[in-house]
Amino acid sequence: MTNTSTRSFPATGRLASSAADVVAILLVLGLLGLLASGSRGMLGSLATLEQHPVSLDPSGLPEYAIRTTLRMLAALLLSLVFTFTYATWAAKSPRAGRILLPLLDILQSVPILGFISVTVVFFLSLAPDRVLGAEFAAVFAIFTSQAWNMAFSFYQSLRTVPTELDEAARSFGLSAWGRFWRLEVPFAMPPLVWNMMMSMSGAWFFVVAAEAISVGNTTVTLPGMGAYIATAIQEQNLTAVGRAILTMLGVILLYDQLLFRPLVAWASRFRFDQEPGVVTPRSWVLDALTHSVILQRAWRALRRSARRASAIVRPAGPRSRIRGVTSAGRLDRTATALVGITVGVSTFEALRMLAPGLTLRDLAEVLSLGAVTALRVTILIALASLVWVPAGVLIGINPRAARVAQPIAQFMAAFPANLLFPLAVYGIVHWQLNPDIWLSPLMILGTQWYILFNVIAGASTIPAEMRLVSRNLGVRGWLWWSRVALPAVFPFYVTGAVTASGGSWNASIVAEVASWGQRRVEATGLGAYIARATEDGHFHHLLLGVATMSLMVLAINRLVWRRLYALAERKYRLS
Amino acid sequence: MNARLSPAPDDSLLDVCGVRKTFPRESGELLVLDDVNLRVTEGEIVGLLGRSGSGKSTLLRIIAGLTAATSGTVSFAGMPVDRPMPGISMVFQSFALFPWLTVRENVELGLQAQGLPRDEIQRRSDAAIELIGLAGFEGAYPRELSGGMRQRVGVARALVVHPRILLMDEPFSALDVLTAETLRTDFLELWGEGQLSIGAVILVTHNIEEAVQMCDRICVFGTNPGRILSTLAISLPRPRDRQDPMFRALVERIYVEMTARDRGVPSARHDRFAGSGIGTILPRVSSNALSGLIETVAAPPFGGRADMPEIARTLQFEIDDLFPVAETLQMLRFAEVEGGDIRLTEAGLAFAGASLEERKTLFERHLLNFVPLAAHIRRVLEERASHRAPKSRFLDELEDYMSPDAAEQTIRAVVSLGRYAEAFEYDDELGSFELAS
Repeated sequence: MTNTSTRSFPATGRLASSAADVVAILLVLGLLGLLASGSRGMLGSLATLEQHPVSLDPSGLPEYAIRTTLRMLAALLLSLVFTFTYATWAAKSPRAGRILLPLLDILQSVPILGFISVTVVFFLSLAPDRVLGAEFAAVFAIFTSQAWNMAFSFYQSLRTVPTELDEAARSFGLSAWGRFWRLEVPFAMPPLVWNMMMSMSGAWFFVVAAEAISVGNTTVTLPGMGAYIATAIQEQNLTAVGRAILTMLGVILLYDQLLFRPLVAWASRFRFDQEPGVVTPRSWVLDALTHSVILQRAWRALRRSARRASAIVRPAGPRSRIRGVTSAGRLDRTATALVGITVGVSTFEALRMLAPGLTLRDLAEVLSLGAVTALRVTILIALASLVWVPAGVLIGINPRAARVAQPIAQFMAAFPANLLFPLAVYGIVHWQLNPDIWLSPLMILGTQWYILFNVIAGASTIPAEMRLVSRNLGVRGWLWWSRVALPAVFPFYVTGAVTASGGSWNASIVAEVASWGQRRVEATGLGAYIARATEDGHFHHLLLGVATMSLMVLAINRLVWRRLYALAERKYRLS
Repeated sequence: MNARLSPAPDDSLLDVCGVRKTFPRESGELLVLDDVNLRVTEGEIVGLLGRSGSGKSTLLRIIAGLTAATSGTVSFAGMPVDRPMPGISMVFQSFALFPWLTVRENVELGLQAQGLPRDEIQRRSDAAIELIGLAGFEGAYPRELSGGMRQRVGVARALVVHPRILLMDEPFSALDVLTAETLRTDFLELWGEGQLSIGAVILVTHNIEEAVQMCDRICVFGTNPGRILSTLAISLPRPRDRQDPMFRALVERIYVEMTARDRGVPSARHDRFAGSGIGTILPRVSSNALSGLIETVAAPPFGGRADMPEIARTLQFEIDDLFPVAETLQMLRFAEVEGGDIRLTEAGLAFAGASLEERKTLFERHLLNFVPLAAHIRRVLEERASHRAPKSRFLDELEDYMSPDAAEQTIRAVVSLGRYAEAFEYDDELGSFELAS
């Protein structure tokens, strides 16, 4: 830096990169520390959990937050593994896809808390008397709230990889393994990351439920934010609930900044549309990581050795064959048959177990309760739409308002609304309100935001010329809403409403029964039925309730949402 | 207001007086239109001709009452235009049709907005659909139509409200050559027969031949800031023949006009204060286009000197494609542009005859000698021990001279030139320049 021409910019680049080094190293060290401290307790015995019950002392909050966060992370990794295998299989083998896809659809409609109740005993038996078993159960429960839509998104991407790219990869002799990592995964990355974020939002809701598991006589309370809340509710400690809410706010903000924002910024480089000048998302964390000289060197060394390792492992086999019947076909057929048999046998088993313990009256009861919950969800979605669609349109067509409101709406969707339930129960008990009505809003408390932020996104993509033409023609008032604004946001609204409706069904199990200390408020509905069956350890009723809810959600998706979606795609999509 | 409230002495429909438009920027403001004056009279088609970024589309939106001018006035039939006016309607480049409305519903939208009775709406939309050649397509959705038919819907929708002035914003530029020509002649035919019942048309275009074919008067726009450079009256009889020598002479004259007065690289206004010259805005052009243009001009029939309109036709270039390439060649001293002609310099001719290796060497020398920003980047990289420098460092420097958008564009342009010359490398993931190894 001796030349006069550059003196006015003293080493800004070097300073920036050493600052980046410091930030990056702190991030890495911090992450390692978190892992170590969070995983310590996992190998202990269940007895130690009982000796150290969850305490409401605020000093315990950071540790609880870390443990919860790590469970989320573990479940996310598990979901990724599931996504890469299950969705790939479904996409690559049309025969398997015919079974795997509907199966995924069914899994998606099973209420998440239903999974917990059904599987916790199994997981506890895997590692008897160990915390690990309960951890497995909790992680699995979170996994079930994350995996399905990620797998769907990945499947969609795999099916839409541009033929020319695939042909190019084949003609260069990339093996199936090579194509997967060099072409298919990068191509699928942007929508997959988006779905991971959505999954995470849903998972925050259920982690709270998954940490305080109680099925019949088995009660496990894993140290974490969920258990902390459950204890606070039991002890009617409003301050502790408030502290937990604040901590969750912080945790979700950190998760967003440290994990998802960097992921989104990183994934944006895989976007297929090669239009220049599109604003690319940025993340200070990613900047720090990529600008750190030390990390860059470490990363390069790592990649070199990975390459060397894979060169040794990879068989120097022939180029992938032309698509068609190969030896893999037989393997595939066997695997498909196996899946088919498993599904058949488990359905039969479930029916065999259910049949003797249930009467027609049980069935009638469950169906009518299902109708009540369906009515509740419908009314709530309608109300939320009435409020948030106009609001979303007005926000979305104003870029400045949209920039402010969009992240807030997304954050609200990620915030586990069940943390606020105690406040509602407190109010209902205090003013002696009708729980059938006043517990209902809780179902949509967390999910209404999906409608809002999708509509905002929709309104902000209305092309400028289309807005100008309606102004030029003097289109105003109801004519504007009915002919311009509402049709334009319709596809986005449907996407939001599908998510909101599914989420509300899921939430009904938590929202139709709520308690504050010894006081318990219960509404009539299928959610309450499942919750009660879980608590009483009434396995037949539990299975019947979960199955009925799954089928109802499936039916509503097929009969209502899928049709609306097809209509939106056909008629209202702005290309 | 002023004397204009009294009945206008002539048949003036629209008056644009001293219109100026600025957009706020972080550092000061960006001037996109400066002192534009325009009068449009009954019965004429006025063309606003200029390159992208000359503010002509912005002017059209100001006339439509969709954007407010920063200063100056627009008056339509004696009334100030301060909001969308009922007597002015617009045809858009992207057609801007509503995909969820049928052809008929799209056409009727403006009439419904006026609250007309049902049968009146029906009658008028029928007439417009018939007139524009859409009969039979009333029930179709825009996605079922070809580009040409879509723009017919756009025109019908604008005409059905019986405007006095029709604004057309590059209405044919999203269509293929043949379709565009058909739509132009159809439109001119209806206009000539007086079937359109509109007073005047203002047509924004960057296609010189289109302007000469359609307009009675052409306002040639310059860039940085956007302003009217000159106005030409076109009195050729219609229908006009593109091969007519008079037609060709007019096209040639406009090329001369656009290369002479607005010549040189568009540069930031602070340029002369910078001294170093790194504050020059560089247009983004591909290296293929650069060598392609040199080769074409060097080869027969041109032999080193070519008429710009002819080159444009040979290469099927619009002026927005041709001018930036020609200007970059001029900046690199491979060519001279003047009087509507492009002439290769000795270096340009040498480039045309050289091998790929020699070309790169020659290009690198010219880039580092004549593009100060490239030379600056190279110098900084050579001085640093790491031979690396972040993009942000140069971006910051450029933003002292130009808007952030222009700075970003200039960096991208210099990256493209530097890569071709192998003068330096750029890693987009890290956002850093590196010395070529």
